[in-house]
Amino acid sequence: MTSAPPEGIGIDATAASTPAVAPMPAARPRRRFRTHLVVFIAPAAAIYTIFMVYPLLDSLRLSLYAPVDGVQTFVGLDNFVHLVSDDLLSDAFWNAVWNNLVFFAVHFFVQNPIGLLLAALLAAPTLRGRSAYRTLLFIPTTLSVVIVGFIWQLIISPVWGFVETPLLGQSSTALVTLALMSVWQYIGIPMILFYAVLISIPDELIEAATVDGAGAWSTFWRVKFPLILPTVGIVSVITYVANMNAFDLIYTVKGALAGPDFASDIMGTLFFRTFFGFQLQQGSSTMGATVATMMFLLILAGVLAYFYGWQRRIQSYQL
Amino acid sequence: MSAVSTPPRGVARPPRAGRTWRARAGVAVPHLILIAYVVVACGPIALIVMNAFKSRQAIFEEPFAFPTPSTVDLGGFETVFTRARFELYFLNSFIVTVGTVVLVLLLGSMAAFALAEYRFAGITVVSLYLAVGIMIPIRLGTVGILDLMVRLNLVNSLAGLVLVYTAMGLPLAVFVLTAFFKQVPGDLKDAARIDGASEYRVYALALPLARPGLAAIGVYTMLPIWNDLWFPLILTPGEGVRTVTLGTQLFLGQFVSDWNAVLAVLTLAALPMLALFIIFSRQFVRGLTSGAIK
Repeated sequence: MTSAPPEGIGIDATAASTPAVAPMPAARPRRRFRTHLVVFIAPAAAIYTIFMVYPLLDSLRLSLYAPVDGVQTFVGLDNFVHLVSDDLLSDAFWNAVWNNLVFFAVHFFVQNPIGLLLAALLAAPTLRGRSAYRTLLFIPTTLSVVIVGFIWQLIISPVWGFVETPLLGQSSTALVTLALMSVWQYIGIPMILFYAVLISIPDELIEAATVDGAGAWSTFWRVKFPLILPTVGIVSVITYVANMNAFDLIYTVKGALAGPDFASDIMGTLFFRTFFGFQLQQGSSTMGATVATMMFLLILAGVLAYFYGWQRRIQSYQL
Repeated sequence: MSAVSTPPRGVARPPRAGRTWRARAGVAVPHLILIAYVVVACGPIALIVMNAFKSRQAIFEEPFAFPTPSTVDLGGFETVFTRARFELYFLNSFIVTVGTVVLVLLLGSMAAFALAEYRFAGITVVSLYLAVGIMIPIRLGTVGILDLMVRLNLVNSLAGLVLVYTAMGLPLAVFVLTAFFKQVPGDLKDAARIDGASEYRVYALALPLARPGLAAIGVYTMLPIWNDLWFPLILTPGEGVRTVTLGTQLFLGQFVSDWNAVLAVLTLAALPMLALFIIFSRQFVRGLTSGAIK
């Protein structure tokens, strides 16, 4: 994805635009230390390192420790073994993993196709009022999850009477209902990403298809869709990472216990409960770190599957 | 881009456009689908805002009616302002969001400028190191972040939130802005250098030319920060440093059965971002579509 840097922009172009691998000219004068490089890069790198990279690594480290007599002691992979096999913990863990995958599947099969449909309609060159549609359709995405959760809780509450069955109160429907609420909110993101790539398709390609007698439908599937396949992959992986990391909506609507009877418990709420404790459950920073590490590994697995499974195949298919 | 509503793609339309049934459907159907979805997207929000201004009785009896003089009731808003310190929460959210956006844009553009402009050993490593953060959610480091904040004495301080959000926003900002700085013509910068400008001066000259990227990153950074619940819940639960999102969440928990108050607080919490988004939506979309994410 990282394209080759353009040949020497700026002053260095004359002196040192050759890549680092090329042998340096023997007579090349030793460059003075470039203070401005440090001034430009160091602040961003420092904040990023101290407040993101270091805590992340520290969390991963903590997942290998456990308190023994009040002292954090190295225990190897014990926490992970507990998490996936201990009677109490593993039920909650596998339940959360499964629910998380369901949560993702709803987004993948409902949100992204509808987002693509809306984007395709918006990108049609003859459409009038496009920017108004674009703004209106994106509005739910700008709201906070707290607001979205309550708006839908009110609307589907039997008190107002729009829906008779308590969708959020039954273990069979709670998770999917929550996922659909989240789809409603975030549909703007795949829509805008698909829209951006659809309007960048050169007109000549579409004209050529039209001249060849293709209708709008077959033009879309035979010309446009293959061209946006890489974006389909990126949108999928963004959806996956965002969903594996979800928390706010379920916490807002169902609380940390993610009821009824943990039917809507996902990794994020499990992480929160494990870390801080809830009701009878004691909070534990090392077990919390263990859950976070498992989330990290699941996200990593998804991202790697995308890069090695999907993106490579797409590229060879396109060439 | 959007101004070109009548494209030169005459071939697409039959010679007698609009006459046939098919052509008419071709124009109408997309509008029908889009309007239907606009109702799905905006209807619930309109319903909440509308009912926030009505009396308790009218909320339940005529949920779809606009507030009329006989049904208007601002009691909900009164409860919100007397029972919770929402003006304080708004100020806190404002400080955190503006502080973060300024830091992300300043530090991000400096680093991006250096990565786009200079060649140096290790540039690939630095770029990759910063880019890794785009894909890894910072939330996974929460255990370590809370630990660090306790040690730095930054728990229950807005500065702590700003630092975490800045770390969260920087990777994407650097990545996107690097692409924008690479498009700035080199002649301009070289001319400035020949005139004796320092590298810092050259950066200041190039900065305005990356404006579309800065606008997109600004909006893109702002939204998730204003709306975040996770870090305020963990790092700043104290009354004096609460953000709007956390304040709303706690208020809703307390007043769950007072529908007037609930609807009023939802409306209040939604309006700032809604207004801001509608004002900046053009920049946002243009930033995203002009190569920000490709």
